[in-house]
Amino acid sequence: MDNSSPRSYRAACLKLTLTLLGVWAFVSLGCSVLLRAWMDSNMPAVGHAPFGFWMAQQGSIICFVALLIVYAVVMKRLDTKHGYSEEQGANG
Amino acid sequence: MNQDTLNYIFIGLSFALYIGIALKSRASSTKEYYTAGGGVSPLANGMATAADWMSAATFISMAGTLAIGGYAGSRFLMGWTGGFVLLTILMVPYLRKFGKATVPDFIGDRYYSKTARFVAVLCAVFICMTYIMGQMRGVGVVFSQLFGVSIGTGVLIGALIVFFYAGMGGMKGITYTQVAQYCVMAFAYTIPAFYIAIALTGNFIPQLGFIGEYIADGPPVPFLEKLNNINQELGFAQYTDGSLSMIDMFCITTALMCGTAGLPHVIVRFFTVKNVQAVRKSACWTLGFIAVIYLTAPTIGAFSRVNLINELHGTRYEDAPEWLAQFEKTKQITFNDKNGDDIIQYTGPLAYRTSDGNLAIAESSAAKATMDLSDDASDPNELEFGADIMVMANPYMADVPPWAIALLMAGCIAAALSTAAGLLLVLSTSLSHDLMKKIINPDITDQQEVMWARIASFGSLVVAAYFGINPPSAFIAKTVAFAFGLAASSFFPTLLLGIFSKKMSREGAIAGMVCGIGFTFGYIVYFQFLGGDASNYLLGISPEGIGTLGMLINFAVALFVNSFSPDPPAEVQAMVEQIHIPSGAGEAVDH
Repeated sequence: MDNSSPRSYRAACLKLTLTLLGVWAFVSLGCSVLLRAWMDSNMPAVGHAPFGFWMAQQGSIICFVALLIVYAVVMKRLDTKHGYSEEQGANG
Repeated sequence: MNQDTLNYIFIGLSFALYIGIALKSRASSTKEYYTAGGGVSPLANGMATAADWMSAATFISMAGTLAIGGYAGSRFLMGWTGGFVLLTILMVPYLRKFGKATVPDFIGDRYYSKTARFVAVLCAVFICMTYIMGQMRGVGVVFSQLFGVSIGTGVLIGALIVFFYAGMGGMKGITYTQVAQYCVMAFAYTIPAFYIAIALTGNFIPQLGFIGEYIADGPPVPFLEKLNNINQELGFAQYTDGSLSMIDMFCITTALMCGTAGLPHVIVRFFTVKNVQAVRKSACWTLGFIAVIYLTAPTIGAFSRVNLINELHGTRYEDAPEWLAQFEKTKQITFNDKNGDDIIQYTGPLAYRTSDGNLAIAESSAAKATMDLSDDASDPNELEFGADIMVMANPYMADVPPWAIALLMAGCIAAALSTAAGLLLVLSTSLSHDLMKKIINPDITDQQEVMWARIASFGSLVVAAYFGINPPSAFIAKTVAFAFGLAASSFFPTLLLGIFSKKMSREGAIAGMVCGIGFTFGYIVYFQFLGGDASNYLLGISPEGIGTLGMLINFAVALFVNSFSPDPPAEVQAMVEQIHIPSGAGEAVDH
């Protein structure tokens, strides 16, 4: 195991985690609850659905899936860069 | 072939499949019993976790809750999927690296204390019990519909089946069984939605029909506008507005999200994959599979609302569709002809009956309160039904082919059984492994441990069945929401601080957990069982959302107590450093 740069690895992880959490809070609690009324009246409707309502029932879920994909991909890249990858020869 | 025969055939076939898989991989040693010996592929684990996740609350209750609550129902949609994001990026990769089989195990080791472990076991028991109560209710609703018996009898039948099935396979059985269950559930849930979407909106994809146009009668109108109009005419809040205050909506959603991230039975799932990278991949798959169902649920809710009102409201009782009688037989829908005109009238909270017998809609609830109305006049609604039956009644309303209804019944049963079995396993593990072996008597053999696990699952099932028959709240999703509130107020802060702060001491953690769950549990019991009045809600937060406050209390108490208690020992601090390094996670369970 190569623990050459745990400090910079952890800093990068933390930055990614906080960024993703920011987006997460914005799309769910932000767009769909706190700012919903504003979103409904100021953002374009999705099909015939008001934007805030659509975010609450559909959009936020789509964003969540996207967030997890980004997380898995970026973390894998970070692992490889810092020598923590365990994927060689594995079939996972 | 009639519907009942078809139902039995589909359910029989699906059961033969699950039990076949469970028997084939019958667990022998304890290590396998708990976590399937490690090394399940991320895709399979993702599907199994999704099946675990799709409880009776999701599968049976959520669409109905959305149909009745409209926008307010989104709290469940966002809460249960958004929580998965928290779980994945804040919890599971680190817990997996730590490599212990259960959450109390982690808390006991991280906080170097038997007391902490004991408090964690207690929290896990409370959370799982509350959750299983909801599931047993779901099992009851399904079996009641299937056999035409009362919900109580349905719960008892279901409890027997769950016990047989969880005691048998351990998690190995459950992992592959649950892959099969996910497939049954996903088809069962989405196929009726396709049929109904075509019938109502002419669009094959339900999600597009939902934001598209309603074409079933008359000129096309936007579907959601149609729904808002129907709701308003009958005296309900607009579908796209819902009836919850913003603070309540915010708190419930947050409690559900953080609760998800602290739910022991989901966290345990991720101990079955090979390494930390596989955990992340597995979580992606899980949420993807969950999203298939969660993106369909709001469409089913909205479609069934329109169908229900079109088919029943204003219909003469003799002309009502055949399925109504079926649901009346099991008392899941009741019709009480208040004005004796033989016409079914379904109305909301703003409707009232004028002195000459006509229906009218008040401007607002305040305006209605000023009117001098008799009980019957102030509530002219003649049709009572729980949110929990919507998903099952939905395909009947829409004339979906009988085989799709049979598949749906099989899916409902799979949903309720899989979660109940998974929870039972965690409960029995907590009691046998964490309580008996690690705290009370470290000398018991593996065999005795498995025996204790079986005794514990039997005991918990009896309690859960009791509360399934006498549920703590009107519908399943709400009962389950309490479990999430308890998890949010106990495990979420403790795990988070334990992972991200190496200075967090056992004193802080224990005090935080006790205060958090104590406050939340007390609030729920007071307002749900002891007749507390809704006007006394703290800041207007209902018991469903109080977990958010409980969580803040937990954080605050933990940090406060921590500020004057000694630092954790050096080896614990080193261990916390180590769990942030993803490589070298080791085998799934090594004690």
